[in-house]
Amino acid sequence: MTDLLPVLTDTWDAPRSWRLSTYEKHGGYDGLKAALKMPPGDVVQAVKDSGLRGRGGAGFPSGMKWGFLPPDDGKPRYLVVNADESEPGTCKDIPLMLASPQHLIEGVIITSYAIGSKHAFIYVRGEVLHVYRRLLEAVAEARRVGYLGTDILGSGFDLEITVHAGAGAYICGEETALLDSLEGLRGQPRLKPPFPAVAGLYARPTVVNNVETIASVPGIIAQGADWFKGMGTERSTGHGLFSLSGHVTTPGQYEAPLGITLRELLDLGGGMRGGRPLKFWTPGGSSTPLFTAEHLDTPLDYESVGAAGSMLGTRALQIFDDTVCVVRSVSRWTEFYAHESCGKCTPCREGTYWLKQILRRIEDGAAGSGDIDLLLDLCDNILGRSFCALGDGATAPITSSIQFFRDEYQAHLDGHGCPFDPAASALFPYTPRTRTPGTALVGAGAGGHR
Amino acid sequence: MTAEPVQTRSGYDGETLAALQHDAAAITARYPDPRSGLLPMLHLVQSVDGYVSRDGIMFCAEQLGITSAEVSAVATFYTQYKRKPNGKYTVGVCTNTLCAVMGGDAIFDELSEHLGVGHDETTDDGAITLERVECNAACDYAPVMMVNWEFFDNQTPESATVVADRLRAGEAVAPTRGADSVCSFKQMSRVLAGFPDGRAHEGVGAGEASLAGLRFARERGATAPDRTGADDAPGDGTGTDQAAGEVPGTITGEPGSSAERTPATSSDLETGKDKKPGEDAR
Repeated sequence: MTDLLPVLTDTWDAPRSWRLSTYEKHGGYDGLKAALKMPPGDVVQAVKDSGLRGRGGAGFPSGMKWGFLPPDDGKPRYLVVNADESEPGTCKDIPLMLASPQHLIEGVIITSYAIGSKHAFIYVRGEVLHVYRRLLEAVAEARRVGYLGTDILGSGFDLEITVHAGAGAYICGEETALLDSLEGLRGQPRLKPPFPAVAGLYARPTVVNNVETIASVPGIIAQGADWFKGMGTERSTGHGLFSLSGHVTTPGQYEAPLGITLRELLDLGGGMRGGRPLKFWTPGGSSTPLFTAEHLDTPLDYESVGAAGSMLGTRALQIFDDTVCVVRSVSRWTEFYAHESCGKCTPCREGTYWLKQILRRIEDGAAGSGDIDLLLDLCDNILGRSFCALGDGATAPITSSIQFFRDEYQAHLDGHGCPFDPAASALFPYTPRTRTPGTALVGAGAGGHR
Repeated sequence: MTAEPVQTRSGYDGETLAALQHDAAAITARYPDPRSGLLPMLHLVQSVDGYVSRDGIMFCAEQLGITSAEVSAVATFYTQYKRKPNGKYTVGVCTNTLCAVMGGDAIFDELSEHLGVGHDETTDDGAITLERVECNAACDYAPVMMVNWEFFDNQTPESATVVADRLRAGEAVAPTRGADSVCSFKQMSRVLAGFPDGRAHEGVGAGEASLAGLRFARERGATAPDRTGADDAPGDGTGTDQAAGEVPGTITGEPGSSAERTPATSSDLETGKDKKPGEDAR
């Protein structure tokens, strides 16, 4: 059986885990010291050899991404860390940066050295005040001891890190929207190509990587590519944070090799809340098609999850038991996508708004007999026709939930409303406020969340 | 009075304007292109006015040499920028799916009724602006409430109401994971503009849920594998010499070894100073 494997989480229970001194006491910055003795190209090669793939959702091989940068022309190139963790269910980077920000900072320095960047940026969402404080302080601590600045550890390598707070926009997790936002613009995705590796921040060659990806780099350099490849599966190598949330006995962060199954994670964590049956779950956040109990033994690696019809995404395992109405859940996610659509492309801007309205009337028992098929038809017109992955992601919970739970949608139509007691899925007893069908959500205000 | 008159269409008095200009210069200096400073600059004007005011928009436009329309276009895109005076505390209840079904909807309804305001509305005393917020990356602590973007984990309608009442009463309220007490909206905005408030070392490193897997791993003696041998190490290996004479990291430790770190000496708990990097790195 696959077991837990603390690497990035290993220092999180240490006293004042976020301090540089704590991190160094546990081997921190050994990776940087080793890297600075290597030619930059060897660092890139080590990461290629490790098989590390992007931990932000797409799973693209990180070393290959770095290798796409054009040859050095003497002008600036940038590393930008995507710390805009906002995908519903995803909650791994925020605790990592709160507990062990130096893990990320060391990774940023090594990666910048590897790709020849002298100015790196960490774009963290603005809605996590204390994480931003910790990151600013982590950079200051690293600078005080000479890990940042000029001639780092006598290597001749110079680096500054700017930690940049966003201001509330899910779309800025999309890498080109993030770059526009970092340039002081509205966060809207750019047409690709050119890819950021060729024309990214300020139209210069840029690597954009997720927090966990970059935080995994120091271990690879300090312990070796073979050490990293010794974990996980052949094509999904290494360790990963699995974030268990929802109706489980022990929600939290579980660090394990890629390829562990949900059944194994649940066995480790004490199973489902109150022993209730698992109804549905997301393997990688709300933008990845839903799984059910039949997928408990699907290895959580990129290939196996893909073959089973979903995506590994960010390993955001949101677990819902049989008290939960799938229509209510999907309807709420859809409101999220409609709220967060940046408005740049028509299929997403208009489509998510339509989807939201149809799901709302299904929830309220006011839907017509053709509305389920209308949802599917709309999804068909959004998926693959949107400018970026937000529109695609919006369709994933809808099409997958209809695939597995069409009867439940039909029950809302036939029964003119939701057959579930919303209080049953809560963690505490309460009496739901009376809902008036069709008007229950009025009052949120134009442009509001609901 | 400042020595030289400053041309501005914003309505700030001389002292406020001079302070803002000083901070704005510090912001733009962080970036190769000053325009990148617009987001932090908007946080900065919120730290003075409590929202993105007309004056704030004019100010940002003048600092960056862009039009007020361009600034407004950005300010209206992001939900953290407020276009009307915000309460001293933004109380946000996560009502995205997972938090909602686990109780977030009930918490929001209870707070809304208790405070007499709906989404994006502010109490008459100016203390609290209530919001439904989207997923804030704390799903393992659901249902979650944010106060000025500090974490209040594992909430119930009762706990959330108590927090709101204490905030309105002017008490110091501690988040679950964050600083020792919640700061004001204006103070928060100044930090988000990139000006530290010296509170980074307050609060916990990790909450219980963040440590869940690690605790099970410790119980089971599960550790990451040993490295496959020094010969596989990149570089000449001298970079890791320092570790050889020290307490081994858990990465190379066995269950029950000293790598299972409980603090043993006072130096384990030392937090005040960071040592210089070892000379062996040279």
